Amino acid sequence: MNLLLDPVNVIAEWLTRLMTGWGFSTGLVQFILFVIGAGVLSMGAMLFTVLLIWIERKLGGRFQDRIGPNRVGPWGIFQTIADMLKIFTKELIHPAGADKVLFNLAPILAVASVLALWAVVPFASTVIGVNINVGVLYILAVGGLGELGIILAGFGSNNKYALLGGFRAVAQLLSYEVPLAITLLVPVLLSGSMGMNDIAAAQNVWYIFLAPVAALVFFIASIAENGRAPFDLIEAGSEIVAGFNIEYSGLKFGMFYVADFLHAFTSAMIFSAIFLGGWQGPGAETIPLLGFVYMLIKTAVVYFVMLAIRFSLPRLRIDQMMNLNWKYLTPLALASVLLTAILDKVVPVSLMLVRVGVFLAGNVLLFLISDRLVALYRRGKEQERKIVSSPRPLAVSLLEPPAENQEVQP
Amino acid sequence: MLHEWLYLAIFLAISLFIPAVAIGLAALLSPRKPAPIKNSTYECGIETVGPTRIQFKAQYYLYALLFLIFDVETVLLYPFAVAYQKIALFGVIEVVVFILILAAGLVYAWRNGAFEWQ
Repeated sequence: MNLLLDPVNVIAEWLTRLMTGWGFSTGLVQFILFVIGAGVLSMGAMLFTVLLIWIERKLGGRFQDRIGPNRVGPWGIFQTIADMLKIFTKELIHPAGADKVLFNLAPILAVASVLALWAVVPFASTVIGVNINVGVLYILAVGGLGELGIILAGFGSNNKYALLGGFRAVAQLLSYEVPLAITLLVPVLLSGSMGMNDIAAAQNVWYIFLAPVAALVFFIASIAENGRAPFDLIEAGSEIVAGFNIEYSGLKFGMFYVADFLHAFTSAMIFSAIFLGGWQGPGAETIPLLGFVYMLIKTAVVYFVMLAIRFSLPRLRIDQMMNLNWKYLTPLALASVLLTAILDKVVPVSLMLVRVGVFLAGNVLLFLISDRLVALYRRGKEQERKIVSSPRPLAVSLLEPPAENQEVQP
Repeated sequence: MLHEWLYLAIFLAISLFIPAVAIGLAALLSPRKPAPIKNSTYECGIETVGPTRIQFKAQYYLYALLFLIFDVETVLLYPFAVAYQKIALFGVIEVVVFILILAAGLVYAWRNGAFEWQ
């Protein structure tokens, strides 16, 4: 083992030897190592958010033909630190009649739900927080914790807007959890394991090639889970006042934003671990550091696409969003699982190239069929709409008596 | 096996601990000057009328119910998926039937207008 090739495990071994030398029992050494590992990982994620916020604002500026932060430090890189210092010294206002426990618990839960996801993300072949055998289920369960944070924020604030915003947010997040859960079945089905590291290791061929439709559905659903544009109805600035976090101020308000920024990067990481092969790449098995680099590059690409979508698409209406989820993504996800299940048994694993071809063809066919069905459905809706609201002849109704005008309208 | 869950427990505790400490620190650093107007709930400048925690639209309840049905049924599919490489044709047919039952539920909810936002 070389320090440069596998720094994490080398340091862990060194610490074990050091503490065993001090006369600690193995159980205690293990416990201390766990605490250090978990502390470093979650603290690192938290500090990484500072950089993420800057990246997102800078890139967002570039996408929208603005400069973005450019005053504090070179390229405005210290802007987030200045913001952080400011938000730390802002007063924390407790609205009258708010439920103290729920009001204070909500931002903590929102951040904790995202941080806890980092425990199961595989960073390299040997570097993962913990490779539990129900990793995928853990992701779904912990993701649900964030929704709990939002509904608590809405309910605890003693504000009708916050309550409404909370309901809307939870309706959205719960709905999009369904296609997310269904499409997560596909990699589990293909790899035969629910452990995140096992799924990453099983991808000799990236699952995005075997199940592109599932990957697309998962990607859209995870953007919606973040509550980002075009699904940012959770805090649609121009429509509802601010949604569930209207009564929050100071760092408690900031915590929701930390959770938001970190969640975007985390779901990019989960996407690349599940569908883009995670740390897989030439030489990654033997040199964990290389795997870490591959993982970072893949995550950065996915994150970039997410940002491009966020900063260029307009917001959906809530009924459109619900329609997209329940009438398109959920049936498509179910069909994708069905297709994968059948094709997996039809084409054996040994014929890899044929397998990829058949899977790709099947998925393209599925997508085209779904696209065709949507077009048909939309045409039907449009005809309905035409009958309901033919344009009212405004000028005519002003000039002529109303009795005649009513005959014109269906 | 047990070690893994110990690690997760520690990780969860720490991930709850970090934001809590940050907020606690902010509470120490920030000024505290409460005033009745400042503390009143912000509803676009209009004074609050009546209690906040009132009855809400049944639409949201319906979505929660649908979520519950689909999520629980999907979670039941996970054991199938893990063991899928080992099961024979009979198991495959079973999976297909199960997914079709899920799809039937979806069609039923759709036909009854559960997905129309009101």
